[in-house]
Amino acid sequence: MKLLVAVKRVIDANVKVRVKADNTGVETANVKMAMNPFCEIAVEEAVRMKEAGTATEIVAVSCGGASCQETLRTALAMGADRGIHVQSDLELQPLAVAKLLKAVVEKEQPKLVILGKQAIDDDSNQTGQMLAGLLGWAQGTFASKLTVEGESLRVKREVDGGLETLLLKLPAVVTTDLRLNEPRYASLPNIMKAKKKPIEALTPDALGVDAAPRVKVLKVVEPPKRKSGAKVKTVAELVDKLRNEAKVI
Amino acid sequence: MAILVLAEHDNQKVREGTLHAVTAAGKIGGDVHLLIAGQDCKAAADAAAKVKGVAKVIHVDDAAYANGLAENLAKLLQSLAANYSHLMATATAFGKNVMPRAAALLDAAQVSEIVAVEGPDTFIRPIYAGNALATVQATDKIKVLTVRATGFDAAAATGGSAAVETAPAAGDTGLSSYVGSELSKTERPELTSARIVISGGRGMQSGDNFKLLEAVADKLRAAVGASRAAVDAGFVPNEYQVGQTGKIVAPDLYIAVGISGAIQHLAGMKDSKVIVAINKDEDAPIFQVADYGLVADLFQAMPELAAALDK
Repeated sequence: MKLLVAVKRVIDANVKVRVKADNTGVETANVKMAMNPFCEIAVEEAVRMKEAGTATEIVAVSCGGASCQETLRTALAMGADRGIHVQSDLELQPLAVAKLLKAVVEKEQPKLVILGKQAIDDDSNQTGQMLAGLLGWAQGTFASKLTVEGESLRVKREVDGGLETLLLKLPAVVTTDLRLNEPRYASLPNIMKAKKKPIEALTPDALGVDAAPRVKVLKVVEPPKRKSGAKVKTVAELVDKLRNEAKVI
Repeated sequence: MAILVLAEHDNQKVREGTLHAVTAAGKIGGDVHLLIAGQDCKAAADAAAKVKGVAKVIHVDDAAYANGLAENLAKLLQSLAANYSHLMATATAFGKNVMPRAAALLDAAQVSEIVAVEGPDTFIRPIYAGNALATVQATDKIKVLTVRATGFDAAAATGGSAAVETAPAAGDTGLSSYVGSELSKTERPELTSARIVISGGRGMQSGDNFKLLEAVADKLRAAVGASRAAVDAGFVPNEYQVGQTGKIVAPDLYIAVGISGAIQHLAGMKDSKVIVAINKDEDAPIFQVADYGLVADLFQAMPELAAALDK
């Protein structure tokens, strides 16, 4: 089956994020960027399905500015076959991305779309569910295990009390949780090979999608800082403080 | 216009998390309606009618809603949406799964995990693992929101007397079916609503060593949590995870044991009232947010703590 994997370019997870002085957003100039960690898990899962013979082709899609091509190259180096870059300099919010992906799905006709459950920049956790809704497809969110069973997909999901298993009709949309797999590092030969893999360029206009933001960001501020408190020397002192100073036990 | 809150329930009663969304809805203004959708969930609907601040309970009883499948619930929300200015749910695994799908069916954006209400269309939400707070304005006719429980107090579960109205089901999409669950059984309080939480990190070294935390937890009637590192290492199951992509907690007391304090963990617990860190590395970042820090080997400190609590 053909797989579509969505990948997002975000500030690297190890970078300490700083709010801009004018409170319009966070500082992204000269900041290290990377593929969203949950998207890496999505790409890895697709590649493993291809290695296992379940998948035949993997198309990676990224929506955003020109630099998203680097993120697509990472996906190609991990093992995706080709890329699609939906180029836009707008602030693309989850609903807009879901609409763009829907248009790409209609063009490419994959049987399964795999996305990360959330991006570590806006922490929205929406795009996969929205895409499934727009397509009228089944959804398996927060997946920790996928098994293809004929025309169905068995999905083990991470839920609040433990794990839940659903059977989805294919085609379907899946979003990845942390325990689905451990993504590989792309090898140097694969990074070189990825440079030759094709990336198709599209635009929201060409896909007939209105990608304008629906949520206005009025301001972005730093959260109140938590002061570090005192060190205690012994367990006895700790218990005394919790009982008599903080009065929480 | 009224506000519809999708309730999470176990057929008998409304889950605690939903009570926080009721409070958030109350801050927006307008009548608050609670949607109880499930199979044989009349008892939960009656319990929902007693929640303070709820004007009406919409009770939908159908096999399609027996297992909380997002495809069916989103369709139901879509069928009810015309009467409402806002659709809301708590940002639990359940709410996060259903609400964006409903929003997409209504061609509306969703504002995720609000922690404050500034006006009927303006909300504050954390971004970048809580390293920034964004004030955002939703421009769609219907506002779809999920609520971070720690941002709002729980509404009282009793004291209200709302009318219970039955509404028709919206059909089964047949897209997915429920197979089963593996839920962990514990006598301890739920992580997201416990007054005290004690969490272990990579420093615990093994799942077996979590017994040291459990011994303390039992004395404090605390819930047990873990950092992502401990879950990834297989020490404890996924539902223990506290952090940016796990559970968000804000108990009166949070005790972090053998946890270094990665940004993504802090995102899940830094709104706790009192934080205690126990770590043998005195430079661990967790100490920067701790009210009380103890530099110690947890394998000595935990048994000592358990013993000291008996005194």
